[in-house]
Amino acid sequence: MAVTETRDVGVLVDHLFRHRYGAMVSSLTRVFGPADIGLAEDAVQEALEKALRQWPFRGVPANPGGWLFTVARNAALDRLRRRGTRRDGESDVVELVEARLARLPEYAFAREIADDQLAMIFTCCHPEIAADARIALTLKTVGGFGVREIAAGFLAQESTIAQRLIRAKRRIRDAKIPFASVDPELLSDRVPSVLDVLYLMFNEGYTAHDGDRLVRRDICAEALRLAELIAEHPVTGTPQAHALCALFCFQAARFPTRQDEAGELLLLADQDRSAWDRALIARGALHLEHAMETDRLSPFHLEAGIASCHAAAPSFEATDWRAILGYYDQLAAFGDSPVVALNRAVAIAMCDGPAAGLTALDTIGNSRQLAAYYLLPATRGELHRRLGDDEAARVSLAEAIKIAPTDRVRRFLEGRLETLTPIDL
Amino acid sequence: MAQFLMLLHSEPSPAGSYSPEEIQAVVKKYQEWSEKMGAAGKLAGGNKLAADAGKVLRGGDAVSVVDGPFAETKELIGGYFILEANDYNEAAELSKSCPHLTYGGTVELRQIDGM
Repeated sequence: MAVTETRDVGVLVDHLFRHRYGAMVSSLTRVFGPADIGLAEDAVQEALEKALRQWPFRGVPANPGGWLFTVARNAALDRLRRRGTRRDGESDVVELVEARLARLPEYAFAREIADDQLAMIFTCCHPEIAADARIALTLKTVGGFGVREIAAGFLAQESTIAQRLIRAKRRIRDAKIPFASVDPELLSDRVPSVLDVLYLMFNEGYTAHDGDRLVRRDICAEALRLAELIAEHPVTGTPQAHALCALFCFQAARFPTRQDEAGELLLLADQDRSAWDRALIARGALHLEHAMETDRLSPFHLEAGIASCHAAAPSFEATDWRAILGYYDQLAAFGDSPVVALNRAVAIAMCDGPAAGLTALDTIGNSRQLAAYYLLPATRGELHRRLGDDEAARVSLAEAIKIAPTDRVRRFLEGRLETLTPIDL
Repeated sequence: MAQFLMLLHSEPSPAGSYSPEEIQAVVKKYQEWSEKMGAAGKLAGGNKLAADAGKVLRGGDAVSVVDGPFAETKELIGGYFILEANDYNEAAELSKSCPHLTYGGTVELRQIDGM
């Protein structure tokens, strides 16, 4: 086949390989079992590398996904056969798997592929697996992210991520964690804990640390994609799942405006609202509608409500702070979270003035969890500044600068310090 | 118009394990290059060559078939393109933009003798 004959056929849509990786590893893991995730991953990687050696010269095949799946399936069988010859009795296993693979449709219906990936998310987010490994494992096997990318997005060492993945796979083997079937009884109980993992995954990408920005944005997009897989499935599509999708959509819509061109942080008040992604905001509103089909509001509902207020506000000043404060009041009732209390104090300041905000801050000032949290003194400094008490503002900002987690945050705080009137010597 | 054979030594498979996204980025670069050449009417064909079937036939009293002449794997020819160009200089200029050169490969450019 020469290039000239195939020129008008194959198309490489964005993230095709990454998404195919997740779909193929999920489908192969259903056949081989979660104890053999490594086998599925190796086979799929082999297929991608074969494409890397062939497609540059002969062009992209008419059905790239089908091509990759056929190659991956054969690679998996080859590996199993090689392994099977080592010990007696294992040829039966090869036959069994061959029979099962034959039933795996090459051009499976989107629904089946989605089911496999959904089940894979539940397998990777199993409570038996260490909490910090669930995110990495899900990103790697369902999301198709590379170890280097995960490390760059999380600002972690590659070796740390690699170790985490190895331990997680060993845990799956040792604890004999099964491939989750899309069984209503079994899955619905576990939806909340899986949503928690996706919530952390999104935050990991959204938090403005110095990790690679493109990768962080992709991690957020992946968390949204997986959350929507869950929300759109009849068994797992709970109102909470929709609330989480809504939250992700509203937050992700602001992603491009949170940093300026040099990568420096921008406050909500200073962001270019015209650059917010309106399509994502509309998608979020739709999810929020589905989320309201319940009497029991979850913390995701309330956070989505807060995010929707920001997304809907034409300007910072015109934001419905009273509604936001109402959501924070309800959130505070869910548990004694100092971070929620801090944000609630900001909402109080916006509703009732900076003095009221400072009073609210004082009640959480001694929380040990917040002792090293730069946003507490930074917020206090900001409220003092608005009261016109530059002296107190300077003291609080200096305190925040001392415990700033990254250079970028430190530069931002120093910038705030410069807006204060200079000390009169 | 003459035809030129571009032999692309080694394959676009640099060391280490590439992530799916990285692999796609490499494939896309080649695809874009092929499309650009094709659109300009400069590309007449191309294909991948099998990596493990390189043999050399030597004539003489008895024809012998030997491995090689590849001293090491990086001398393997991964694939080829056939370019259409007015002269060797133009073909060389076209070859220079081939992504193969940015991924550590080398390109051997030969004019196909038409007459």
